[in-house]
Amino acid sequence: MKKDTNNNNRQKKPAKDTLESVPVKETSRRGFLKKIWGWLVLITGAELAGLSIPFLGSGKKKQKKEETGKFTEITSASDIPEGSVFAYRPGRLYICHLKDGGFLAVSIKCTHLGCSVEWNKEKKEFICPCHHSMFSLTGDVENPPATRALSIYPLKIENGTVKVNLAKPTQRKHFNKSQEIYS
Amino acid sequence: MDKKLTFILHIHPRKVPRASIRFTYTFGLGGITLLLILLQFFTGILLKFVYVPSPEKAYDSIVFLQNHVLFGQYVRNIHHLGGVLLIIISFLHLLRVFLTEAFHPPVRSSNWIIGITMLLLLMFSNFTGYLMPWDQLSYWAVTVVTNMFSYIPFVGHNITEFIRGGPDVSSATLLNFFNFHTAIIPLTLIILMVFHFWKIRKAGGVAPPRYKKNDEHGNVPTIPNLIVREAVVALVVLAVIFTLAIFLNAPMRNRANPAFSPNPAKAPWYFMGIQEMLMHFHPFIGAILLPLILLILLFYLPWFHYRKNNMGVWFSSPKGRKVAIVSALTALLLHPALIIADEYWIHFNKWFPTLPPIITEGLFPVVLYGTLFYAYLVFLHKRYHPDTNEMVQAVFAFFLMTYTVLSITGIFFRGPGMMLMWPWQITT
Repeated sequence: MKKDTNNNNRQKKPAKDTLESVPVKETSRRGFLKKIWGWLVLITGAELAGLSIPFLGSGKKKQKKEETGKFTEITSASDIPEGSVFAYRPGRLYICHLKDGGFLAVSIKCTHLGCSVEWNKEKKEFICPCHHSMFSLTGDVENPPATRALSIYPLKIENGTVKVNLAKPTQRKHFNKSQEIYS
Repeated sequence: MDKKLTFILHIHPRKVPRASIRFTYTFGLGGITLLLILLQFFTGILLKFVYVPSPEKAYDSIVFLQNHVLFGQYVRNIHHLGGVLLIIISFLHLLRVFLTEAFHPPVRSSNWIIGITMLLLLMFSNFTGYLMPWDQLSYWAVTVVTNMFSYIPFVGHNITEFIRGGPDVSSATLLNFFNFHTAIIPLTLIILMVFHFWKIRKAGGVAPPRYKKNDEHGNVPTIPNLIVREAVVALVVLAVIFTLAIFLNAPMRNRANPAFSPNPAKAPWYFMGIQEMLMHFHPFIGAILLPLILLILLFYLPWFHYRKNNMGVWFSSPKGRKVAIVSALTALLLHPALIIADEYWIHFNKWFPTLPPIITEGLFPVVLYGTLFYAYLVFLHKRYHPDTNEMVQAVFAFFLMTYTVLSITGIFFRGPGMMLMWPWQITT
C-alpha cells in the first residue's frame, strides 16, 4: 500500500506544473480501477456475511416449539384456594386464584431481568431473588426495579380443569379485569 | 549474545531505555496479560478434550472431568483462576497506561483503542466461558446479563433473542457461547495482540519515563536485561497461579434449573457493579445508558484537549496525584451513603405513584446523582484549579472508585432477595 501511494505522488507532481489534462485522465482511470477493487472487496464481504447470517440465526429453528393452538391441562380449579397460587414448574408459570374468584396464568419470569419469581405466602406477593422486585397476586408491580406486570398465558377452564396454552406469553403493562377467567 | 535468543528481537528492539525496564514502572502488567492469555489457550484446549457443549451433557462432562480425569479439577481451577486474573491484570495494565499518559495521539492513541477493545473482548470471553458449566450459577448469571440488552430501545428484544438463539437461555445459547468462547474471541484476540505489539514497537517501545536518577540514563541491550526480567515475572506468576489452583476450586453449583433462580442470583463478579446499579436506576439507565456513556468517554480519552503531554510521569503532576486521591476518597465515602439512603429512605415510586417508572426510577435518580456529581466537579475546580490532564484523572479516579464500591456492595453486601446486609449475615 505504502509503495502505491508513493508512486501516485511521483506521477501527480508533474501534473501540477503542466496544464495538460492527460495526468488527470490517468488518475481517473486509476481511480476507476481502484473503485472496482473496492466493490469487489465489498461483494466478497457481503458474500461471507450472507453465508454467516443463516448460521448465526439458526437458534430459533433449533428450539422445540409448543403447538400454538394446544391447551395443556394443569390442575383442578377447586384445588387452588382463593387468594393463593399453584406453581406449574414444567411450564414455568403460576396459576393465580384471585380474591374475586377469577383465574390468571402468570409467567414465572420476572419482567426486570428474567429470574424466576417465588410466591411468598406470608407477604402474599411474588418476590424476585435477583433484584427484589415484588408483584401482587395479579402480577402487578408492587416494588421496583421491575417496570411492568408479569406476563400472562392464555387460560381456560373446562369441566373444572384449568388449561393453559404454553406457546407464547402475552406482555402487559398492568393487570386489568378483562384478563381474568372465571370458572 | 546467544544466537538462539535473537528471534526475540522481532518483538523487542535491540536496546531499551534503562529507566523503562524498571519493574516498578510498568509492573510487567502487559507481559503478564500475554502470559495469562497463553495459559488460557493451553488449559482451554485441554478442557476441550473432555467438555461437551450441550445442556444435557455439559454439566456431567465437567463432573466427569473433575472426578475421573487426572489433574482435571486442577486444570479447570487454573483456567478459572486465569480468567479471573486476566480481567484484573489487564485492567491494571490499562490503569498503568492511563496514569502514565501513554495514550497521546498521534502515536499511541490507536493502541489505546485496540487495548480497550481487547479488554472488552476479554470480558466477553470470560462471560461466555461463565455459561459453560451449565450450573445454577452460570445459567442465571447469563439469563440476567443477556436480559439487560432487552432494554436497548426498539431493537433490544431482538438482540437478546439473537444472542440467546431463542427466547430463553437454551442449547442454542450454549452452542453460541461455546463457539465465541473457543474460536471467535481467541482468534480475534490473537490478531489484535499482534497489532498491539507491533504498534508499541512502532511507537518506540514502552512509553519512556522521565529519568529520575543519573544512572537511569541511556539504553541497555534487550538481551539479557529485558528478557531476564520478563522471564522472572513470568515464572513467578506461573508459580503463584499453579500453587493457588491447588487450593482454590473453581465454583460448581447444582445443575441448571430454568424453573428456580437461586437466591440471590448474581451476575459474574466483574458485572456486579452494573447489577448493583440496577438496584438504584431504571434498567435502561443503569444497564445501557450510563455504561455506554462511560465506555464512549473511555474510548475518546486520548483526544481531550490536553494542554501538556506528561507521558511517562505517574499521575501527571503532584497536584494530579492529589486530585485523584481526593476524588477516589470522595467516591468511597459518597456511594455507600447513597446506597444506604436509596435502600431505606428514597422511594420515588412511592412518593409519586402515578408517574411511570422511567421517571421515578430513571429521571429522578439521574438528576439527583447528576447534581451531586456536578457539585463535586465545581468544588474540585474552585479548590484545586486542575488543568485538563489532572481533571480527567480526577474524574477517572472518581468513577473507578464508584465502580469498585458498587461491585463490593453487590458481591459482599447483598444477601437473599438482594437485601443489604453484612457479609457475615449471608449464609448461602
